[in-house]
Amino acid sequence: MQIVDPTDERVPIRRALAKRSGAPAGSIALLDISKPRGDVLMNRLEERLQARFPGVEVRRYRKPTFAKPAPEDLRRRIAEENGFVIEALAD
Amino acid sequence: MEKTQTELPAFTLKDLGAVERRFPTGRHALLCFVKEDCPTCGLTMPLIDAACRAFGAKLDMWAIGQDAEGNAKLVESNRLSIPMLDDSALSVSFAYGIEIVPTIVLASPDGAELRRFEGFDRADWQNLIAEVARISGLAAPKIEWDSYPAQRPGCGSKSVEPGVAERLEAAARGERLTARRIEIGAQDEFEFMFERGLTDGLPVVPPTPERVAWMLTGTRRDPREIVAVLPPNLAPASVEKLAVNAVMAGCRPEYFPVVLAAIEAVATPEFNIHGVMATTWGATPVIIVNGPIRRRLGMNMGMMALGYGNRANATIGRAVKLALRNIGGARPGDIERSTFGAIGKFTTCFAEWEERSPWEPLHVERGFRKDESVVTVLGLEAGSRQIADQHSRTAHALCTSLALGLEACWHPKQHFSGEVLLVVSPEHADTIARDKWSKARVRERIQQATARPVRELLPDQECGEGIPLKAFGLENPTPEQLEHRVPKFRKPEDINIIVAGGEAGKFSAIFAGWVSGPIGSISVSRRIEEVP
Repeated sequence: MQIVDPTDERVPIRRALAKRSGAPAGSIALLDISKPRGDVLMNRLEERLQARFPGVEVRRYRKPTFAKPAPEDLRRRIAEENGFVIEALAD
Repeated sequence: MEKTQTELPAFTLKDLGAVERRFPTGRHALLCFVKEDCPTCGLTMPLIDAACRAFGAKLDMWAIGQDAEGNAKLVESNRLSIPMLDDSALSVSFAYGIEIVPTIVLASPDGAELRRFEGFDRADWQNLIAEVARISGLAAPKIEWDSYPAQRPGCGSKSVEPGVAERLEAAARGERLTARRIEIGAQDEFEFMFERGLTDGLPVVPPTPERVAWMLTGTRRDPREIVAVLPPNLAPASVEKLAVNAVMAGCRPEYFPVVLAAIEAVATPEFNIHGVMATTWGATPVIIVNGPIRRRLGMNMGMMALGYGNRANATIGRAVKLALRNIGGARPGDIERSTFGAIGKFTTCFAEWEERSPWEPLHVERGFRKDESVVTVLGLEAGSRQIADQHSRTAHALCTSLALGLEACWHPKQHFSGEVLLVVSPEHADTIARDKWSKARVRERIQQATARPVRELLPDQECGEGIPLKAFGLENPTPEQLEHRVPKFRKPEDINIIVAGGEAGKFSAIFAGWVSGPIGSISVSRRIEEVP
């Protein structure tokens, strides 16, 4: 029997992971997806990061709504301004 | 009926001696479509054969028979000298649009149609013989025309018999499919589909090329047309790919335009299907069908409308979900991350019982004409709950009950809620209609009956859920501010109201919402293509 493929036939582009430096440097983005109390988690994360890596800058970002993917311009800005990103939520 | 200068489809058929005959031939040709059990064909065969004997040296003259066994009988019983070609597969009859046999087609050397007629008409035959004599330069055969009736109607072609026409149409379209084919080999096709992760957990109909082609007969849209780009993989969903998934869901071709319209609706930015599928809340596209197509498809809008047992209801919703899974890539545990999920994630689709409603149907409220068929999708909880009220006899009292039931949506202390769906049963609709309440009045009563003072909605030690003061724009509220009453819904129009359900039962049903409005999902309606 022959069937017709029901899936998207595109082959995903494979990208290599960025090189791991072993320690954070430059700036780290903290992306709050805007769920309730997400700021509590992010504040604590920022405290811990700054205590552990004093030379690293932490930048805060926030999605307009947790219910949708991050807008394209926000994703681009995070990528341009940071070497690392932590995306987090809290419920 | 005569036609001129139409280019005829090329074909290759075998005669009874298994010799291949190809058309066009480079000479004039006379093609005679016949079947053995047609009396008019029997009447015509001696004429056809006489023409062949007279003109066969200059023209290619073929009988094209529609039944392998009958073809041999025709040749034997009429002692035919004309080559009899076997079209028992009916592909040539279909390609030539043969509806009646006999059909006689005269073709030019390059394959253009010069003359065509159906059934038996003595004048048609006399004209044909005269024309072929002129073309060939040969003498016309001697025919005793008086022994023939002036006219006799033909019989239906086998290619238009019920079931056959659909199969031929599907086969013709199947040759034009562009999606990848997968050879299953000797493996069980149902197990294969499970193993490849192509199902929603229930068996699916194997999408063979023939079935997909059959599904495509349900729409006039080009199979290659991209209907939508489906998240999360942002994959282009062509009409053909959607037909494959509609086959798997168990749809009939006439359901397919509803599936296409629903896919267009869910893929709009305002509906935000990515969020509806990905949320930890158990949301799904709730699909409501309005307009004449409900009855044509035999959709359920009465007893068990929100339940199971109706093919159109069950498979249209399932087709949308399978497409989101197989084309868009939304799979449970992957991008679909609902804490509980809900049984309605398999399929949630039903029709509004417009005729039983005292109000305008949903699609008319949304600006469509009553005689248009429309699908509306709402991003709601993937399952309904019911509100019982067997005692209220006034619209006011009943709408208070409905309001109290609606207040539990999401959480009783969560106000400023967005869209929900209230499905009013016929008995409840009658109670409301007796007092001549409009939908606007029903919504107004729901907002009044659910309005709670700010102080009751604040999170506290008794119940941590609620709305924090800052969300009300308050810091140090006055006693008056704490007594300010807040309705459940941000705006009355967020309460979508339809009528459906069985005649018996003083219950109504509600579908609670998800994150609604511009930050979440906004319901969307789309007109459904009408395919005669």
